Parts: sequence; structure tokens; C-alpha cells
Amino acid sequence: MTTTTPDAPAARPTPQSHRPAPRPDRGSGLGGGLLTALTWVVAIGFFFPVLWMALTAFKQENEAASNPPTWFFQPTLDQFRAVIDGGAGVFFANSLIATGLSTLLVIAFAVPASYALAIRPVKKTQDVLFFFMSTKMLPVVAVIVPIYVIAGRLHVLDTVWTLVVLYTAMNLPIAIWMMRSFFQEIPGEVLEAASVDGAGLMRTLRSVLIPMVAPGLAATALICVIFAWNEFFFALNLTAARAATVPILITSTMTSEGLFLARLSAASLLASLPVLIAGWVAQKQLVRGLSMGAIK
Amino acid sequence: MTTVVERHHRKEAERRSKADSPQAMDRAEAWRRRAPLLPALIFTIIVTQVPFLVTIWYSLRSENLLRPGEDRFVGLGNYADLFADSTFRQAALNSVIFTLGCVLVAMLLGIGIALLLDRKFLGQGLARTLLITPFLIMPVAGAMIWSVSMFNPTYGMVNWVIGLVGIDAVNWTATFPVLSILIALVWQWTPFTMLLVLAGLQAQPKDVLEAAQMDGAGWGRTFVSITLPQLRRYIELGVLLGAIYVVNTFDQIYLMTAGGPGTASANLPFYIYQRAFLGFDIGQAAAMGVVVVIATIIVATFALRLIFRSFEQKD
Repeated sequence: MTTTTPDAPAARPTPQSHRPAPRPDRGSGLGGGLLTALTWVVAIGFFFPVLWMALTAFKQENEAASNPPTWFFQPTLDQFRAVIDGGAGVFFANSLIATGLSTLLVIAFAVPASYALAIRPVKKTQDVLFFFMSTKMLPVVAVIVPIYVIAGRLHVLDTVWTLVVLYTAMNLPIAIWMMRSFFQEIPGEVLEAASVDGAGLMRTLRSVLIPMVAPGLAATALICVIFAWNEFFFALNLTAARAATVPILITSTMTSEGLFLARLSAASLLASLPVLIAGWVAQKQLVRGLSMGAIK
Repeated sequence: MTTVVERHHRKEAERRSKADSPQAMDRAEAWRRRAPLLPALIFTIIVTQVPFLVTIWYSLRSENLLRPGEDRFVGLGNYADLFADSTFRQAALNSVIFTLGCVLVAMLLGIGIALLLDRKFLGQGLARTLLITPFLIMPVAGAMIWSVSMFNPTYGMVNWVIGLVGIDAVNWTATFPVLSILIALVWQWTPFTMLLVLAGLQAQPKDVLEAAQMDGAGWGRTFVSITLPQLRRYIELGVLLGAIYVVNTFDQIYLMTAGGPGTASANLPFYIYQRAFLGFDIGQAAAMGVVVVIATIIVATFALRLIFRSFEQKD
């Protein structure tokens, strides 16, 4: 970067001098207006499929599958009622348990591990970190058959607990990676002060470090929740009637009698809503979490 | 396997341990430092490595759940069969197309959109919220939206829109299965790359940008000389993380085309799933899994080498 900013401070005019800083791309003028319009077109384009799904969820089936599309209609909650009366509660309960417990487990494993990797590095820290990330490169399909057979032998097929264990393993590398970068931001003096005061590991973690990395912890947990809530492959292959999760609920709306588009949309909307709301509310943390984990 | 990455890691670790403790740590201290790491490490090894070892074992056997009495050791026979299997080659090619196509297009779009969003304008927050939504939608729901609401031949929105300009209806998922899946994938992953690039843009030192402007650098020159190098790590990591997830794509293929017509749009994960859970051919599926893992390791090593090289330059 040094090559592109000539370091000749004497020649650089101050903002008050003869040439005010030009700001052509800051939303002013015709060019700015066009860029803003373009941004909105792109934003609405990306959002449109979701909007259409949301609208369809409030239609009757004949309005949902019409050509030309129905833009104006009497909204109804019938489809949501049908999904919920059809036993959606069990799917949601399973997803809540699998997502919640696995996220808690991930945090419980990842906080001490990333602490060890960030603040008190053991030998070969980077090797360990690389090992964790390499497990993410292991294609899930390569291990699904043994997992299926092992789970069958242990009689844990079609239980939520199997999903909890697998989702924990699935999210742990990302969580360790992200948490480590948040821990690295903590200045060393804080730790020294804690150890001078005679605080042990658990106490230092609980009362000094965790509060300091709380936003990072929230971002990490959110990423884990998103991936666990949305997971389909393990759920499809390892669960049946009892432990099926929300993604399976969506596919189950495709019945042998055909496709009910409005009901499918209602189920999709219900299924996506928890993560959607969480992500919308916490988008700042999400951006920060993603980039921190990625860059440090 | 000694790679540049590992040498880099070792150098880093040595540098750090030297800086931290001039005298060697005694054994007890080393274990005390290592202890918090162990639960995560042991858990990960058991849950991920043990099944993979079993996969290797299966890959050397002829196992079919439909013929339980006929299990036997076949050595590398499963592997030999694989390379004679044209569907396997087709699935491998599709995997490459989906991964490269999705990651590259999503990254280019992501950079463009991030640049658009990194300006002050009315409703900036709302526009960003709308744009990240596809990333937050459950992939299964996203796949259903695309295959039914958007691409359906009779009442899909895409055909309605192209009908407005006089183009005949197209049966998208049947006629262009790979393209259809690719569109759904790009739609889902562009917000992810956009978020990463946006974080990179916002991390730019403002004084450098202003200095460049005062020195009379135009927008294009500022972008190429200052912004792009600054974004490089974010772009590389977006590509790497995106590729890790996209190469495992299953939901969209399972729900939009079921790998069809025939096996035209199957990728490796979907084909392995088919062999294992529909064909019950455990030995074949396991051998494919092992080949995929080896290929992934080779590609990932090259990718990581590329990325860590740029990291070393920066540091």
C-alpha cells in the first residue's frame, strides 16, 4: 500500500485549501442517484423470491398456482393452520433441541480450546488449528455410511441425540476459528492482571474473558445456530418419524397427492423465520463475526 | 504431507514460543496449557476421524446391504470400478462446475453489491437487510422456492417474466438442470461473499482513501490500487469458505432435480448418496467417498498454499 500513497506530506493540501475533497460516489448528484437506484433494483431482485414465498403462504392453493400470477388476494392463515395442525410442533421441538444443545456444546468445547490456542499457545498451535479446519474439508458424504451403520449398532438412529453430536462436530471448527480471533484481540495486560490477582483458569475465563468477548461469542453462536437449524443431509439420512427436524417438515409437504404450493410456502416461511429474524436483528455481529473469523 | 502451510505454521509456532518463554516449559506446565484444548480435540477426532477410517475399511470390501451374505474383501476393486464408471466422471465434472461456477459468480456479484452498499444513501440499512436474506433462508426452503415458485413450467415467476417480453415458457429444471441449480446456489451464496467483502470495505483505513482522493486519484485508480489489495484476504477467504460449503452441496440437487434428468445434474455428494442409500452399495459409495476426500485434500492444499502465501507477504 505504501507504493500507492506517496509520502510527501508537505505537498498534500489540507481539506480547507484550494481543492475540497471530491466525493463523487457518496450518493449525491445524478451518478449517485443512479447507483442508489441500481442498488435498490438489485436488493429487491435478491429479495423477491423470499417475498413471493411469503405472499404465497397467505394464499389459497388455487391462487398460489395460477398463471398469470395472483398479485391481489384475500390473505388467509389457512395454510399456516394446516401446517401446524399437521404436527409441525414435533419437527420444531426436534430442531430446537438439536440446534440449542449442539450450539451450547460447541461453545463449551470451543471457548477453552480457542482460549488455549489464542492466549496460551501450545506447541504446534497452527497445526492444531489446521487440523480442526481440515475436518471441515472432509466431505460429509464420505462419512455418512459408517455413521449410519455405527448409529444403527448403538441403537441411536432416529434420535435427536445423534444429531446433537454430529452438529457439534460440524460447527466446532468454525467456532474455534472465530473464537480464537476474538480472544486474540484481548490485550495481554488484562490476563497478567488477572493472574497477579491469583485468579485460576475458570475464574479468569468466567469473570474476565467471557464478558470481553461476549459480542464475538454471540456472533459465533449465531453462525452455529444458522448452520445447525438449516442442516438437511444428516437429518434426512439419520432420522425418520420421531427425530425429524424442520427441513424434513418442508419436504414432507410434498405428498403423494401432489404438491401444495401455498402450504409448502407456509412451511418454508415458518421454518426460515427463526434464523431470519435472528440474522436480521444481529446483522452487525454477523458481519463482524464472519470477517473476524476469516481474517485473523 | 509437508506443505508450505505447515512449514509456515511451524515457523509461526516456533517464533511465538520463543517470544513467550525464553526457557523451555516444563512438562506439567505444557500439559496445563494444553488441557483446555483436549476436550475439543478428542471429541473431533472421535466423531470425524473414526467414521472416516471405517469408510476406508468399507471401500476395500464388497458390501451390499441387500445381499448381506456376500461381504468379502476386494482390495482396490471398488476403486477400479469407479474409474470405469462414466456417471462418476459426470458427477465429478458437475461438482467442479457447481463449485467453481457458484463461487466465482457469487464472488463477482458480492464485490459489486458490496461496493454499491458501501455508500451513504437513503434506506441503506434496509437494502442491506434485503440483500442478506437469501443467506438466512433455510437452503431446503430456498431450493423449494426456486424449483417450484420460480422455475415451475406452468406457473413459475421466471417463465411469467420472460413471457412478458415474448419468450416461450421453458421447463427450466428439466431442460437446463445444471444452470437452474447454479442460479439457486449463486442466489444463496452471494449474500455471504457480499457480507465478507463489505466487512473488508468497512475495515479500510479512511485516511488512506481521503489522502488518495486529495492526491487526485480517480475512483477507478483508488479501487485498483488501494481497495482491491485491501480486499484480497477477504476475497480469498470468501472463496475458500464458500468452496468448502458449496462442494458439499446436496439440498438443492436433491430437491430441485434429484440429480436428473437421468444423472445429468448429480454431483459427487448426491451420487454417493444415491449409491449408498438407494443402491445400498456400501463398498462403492465408500470408495467414492475416499476418492472425494483425497481430491479435496489435494485441491485444498493448493488453495491454502496460495492463500497463506499472500498472508506471509502481508505479515
